[in-house]
Amino acid sequence: MCLGVPGKVVSIEENPLGMNMGRVSFGGIVKEVCLAYTPEAEIGDYVVVHVGFAISKIDEDEAAKVFEYLREMDELGELEVPQPGEVPGDETRGGAA
Amino acid sequence: MRFVDEYRSEPEARKFVDAIHGVVTKPWSLMEICGGQTHTLIKSGIDRLLPEQVTLVHGPGCPVCVTPLEQIERALAIARRPEVIFTSFGDMLRVPGTSADLLSVKSQGGDVRIVYSPLDAVKLAEQNPNRQVVFFAVGFETTAPANAMSVWTAHRQGLENFSILCSHVLVPPAMEAILSAPHNQVQGFMAAGHVCAVMGYWQYGPIADKYEIPIVVTGFEPLDLLQGCYMTLKALEEGRSGVENQYTRSVTYEGNRPAQRLLRQVFEPCDRAWRGIGSIPESGYRLRSEYATYDAETRFDVGDIEAAESEECIAGEILQGLRKPHECSAFGSKCTPENPLGAPMVSSEGACAAYYHYGRVKVS
Amino acid sequence: MSDKDPLPRFAGSCPIPISDYPMVQMAHGGGGRLSQMLIEKLFVPAFDNPVLENLHDGAVLGLSSGSERSPGQQRLAFSTDSFVVRPLFFPGGDIGSLAVHGTVNDVAMCGAKPMAISAGFILEEGFAMGDLWRIVESMRDAALEAGVWVVTGDTKVVDKGKGDGVYINTTGVGLLRDGVEISPEGASVGDKILINGPIAEHGIAIMSVREGLEFETRLETDSAALYPLVELLLDNLPDDLRVLRDPTRGGVASALNEIAGQSNAGVLLEEDRIPLSEEVRGACEILGFDPLYVANEGKCLAIIAADRAEEALELWRSHRLGAQAAIIGEVVDDHPGRVVLRSSIGGLRVVDMLSGEQLPRIC
Repeated sequence: MCLGVPGKVVSIEENPLGMNMGRVSFGGIVKEVCLAYTPEAEIGDYVVVHVGFAISKIDEDEAAKVFEYLREMDELGELEVPQPGEVPGDETRGGAA
Repeated sequence: MRFVDEYRSEPEARKFVDAIHGVVTKPWSLMEICGGQTHTLIKSGIDRLLPEQVTLVHGPGCPVCVTPLEQIERALAIARRPEVIFTSFGDMLRVPGTSADLLSVKSQGGDVRIVYSPLDAVKLAEQNPNRQVVFFAVGFETTAPANAMSVWTAHRQGLENFSILCSHVLVPPAMEAILSAPHNQVQGFMAAGHVCAVMGYWQYGPIADKYEIPIVVTGFEPLDLLQGCYMTLKALEEGRSGVENQYTRSVTYEGNRPAQRLLRQVFEPCDRAWRGIGSIPESGYRLRSEYATYDAETRFDVGDIEAAESEECIAGEILQGLRKPHECSAFGSKCTPENPLGAPMVSSEGACAAYYHYGRVKVS
Repeated sequence: MSDKDPLPRFAGSCPIPISDYPMVQMAHGGGGRLSQMLIEKLFVPAFDNPVLENLHDGAVLGLSSGSERSPGQQRLAFSTDSFVVRPLFFPGGDIGSLAVHGTVNDVAMCGAKPMAISAGFILEEGFAMGDLWRIVESMRDAALEAGVWVVTGDTKVVDKGKGDGVYINTTGVGLLRDGVEISPEGASVGDKILINGPIAEHGIAIMSVREGLEFETRLETDSAALYPLVELLLDNLPDDLRVLRDPTRGGVASALNEIAGQSNAGVLLEEDRIPLSEEVRGACEILGFDPLYVANEGKCLAIIAADRAEEALELWRSHRLGAQAAIIGEVVDDHPGRVVLRSSIGGLRVVDMLSGEQLPRIC
């Protein structure tokens, strides 16, 4: 899958090879993680970790997008479930503008 | 856990499920590429919440399942050597070769160890200068940068007792192989979010255009998958093709540049055999010549090992979405997680194992 | 496993197909499906007797007449367990305390008050005496706390390289009160399933110090002697307590699968109600583990008649060992013999028996 788990960067230091390594907390357990691929990550940021490497920094503004998408769907009436016998897309569906 | 729990909430999930029921008017087949997505779909019961008309096809997105049999045999041959500490992610330990797996090599005295990160394997090489440490470098584009870093680190440290058995595979060529197959069933894709976190999704536009399908880059939590399903189905219902990104919190168009740089430095594309599918051109990575000395295949001279698959196992068709696990004559009888005939029964997210464990089949 | 067919008579040839398993595998001791196969196909037919066939954590014997149940006769619970844990010392415990808790809990799960245990040591040549002393002290303290005496024992030493420092076997006995009937077949439709606190802590604490997988955590094993919780239920609702089980190897999922199979009833779990600490969740996420399959050493599952379940919950919550107790599901008439979980988003999935040990996964 590529099991990627969001964790919070709690410390950062450079290793002897000049690579950024950090300690990342996952619900309170802490693992050493290589941050070489997320040079922009700072302490307090959340990163997605796969096999001990941060592969992306989580964009906190974008993280709410799923819920915004649902709100927009609601405004567009896309959350209405067609009643039995109704044809989806029929104008009897409420709310569609 | 932040950025996990929010996406496992029932009221929101319910909204997406209702919306999916509302938007679907005819039968559709979607493929989620990644085994991790398969895992979430089944573990959270999403598969049972979707309309009957929606068929989810589980793609070849699990490195455990697609690593070819001869590569497993090579791993076993290397792991049996007394001077070797053979390191691997836990996933590969139960994958059956022709007559054994890494766990049974371990029980017969082979030094096989599970590591969490490839850098742990490099550390083992440092700590054991008199042993040969080999790391089984499997995985998709998500795992490749980590494995590349292990080679780069060993090289920088001048470790001569570290090498990798490389079995990397790439997603876009496999998607093309599936779409161009004569019996292709797949009408829309949920692309693997973490692969795209590394590679970006610029590679998918041409595929979507060529085959006129929707591709939605999708995350791994239940709400991500529900939204990904909804977006893909909506595009299908509206007759749209093209690429959309559901997983915006982790994925950008261009992907992770530093990771891509190191990938290019250490690896180069090559043809790669996929278990159950066959060889797909330019669908894998091999070490570049500058790093050839870290290739376990040549170091231990196991390159010419060959192996034949079980006659009965239909893993190939399952991985291409042509058939479902329970349509296999061996499913649940001759082939179980304790005694797998093929790789999809091994990995907890192999399609067959997922069906077996989470009872996708009607429980009699 | 849910069928009640009589087991085949032991035929003299090994009943586990050699073609499948010419050698013992780790998973044969993992508490999941392969362990079950070994017990049901090899040991039970070989040692064929009505007490063993109950497949309980411990055996219940009538003191005057073996297995017979004659009214008023004193009954003994009797259980054995071996400990081969690595590392020997882990956060919050060690092989010594574990060996005491494991066995007194098996006795307690029969509904009996543990009285005495034995301790058999298999030591490896060259093992540090100081470490042995630490282990023995820890056993002493655990036995004191559990109210049992270590009354007999044995020591063997094996050649260097033939053992992991120390293996311990403990056997425990305890007495049952009159009228207590607790067995894995006892679950019936409508009963509620209780657990005394957050799951998977022992397995994850061990993982945290396992070579190659280490992580920093404040997490400790939940290893504890559980009879006080059993006593609360026996004192207050003896007739409504159906099944007790400590979900050790194979975790909550395997224990409930066994109960569902032996009771021929369905189990429905509510994912959101299963107590789980944030740290265990974090560890399970990064290792790719399902906490339902991770070992516990201080957890007790109790299946209680529906109308007394809330009362049982309050009793447990009043005790240190049950402060975070919860009702996590119920026994249903659907899908007999199977465990189904309602996920946090409202989907359903089958929770199967574990096959083999869980391995950390990346994908």
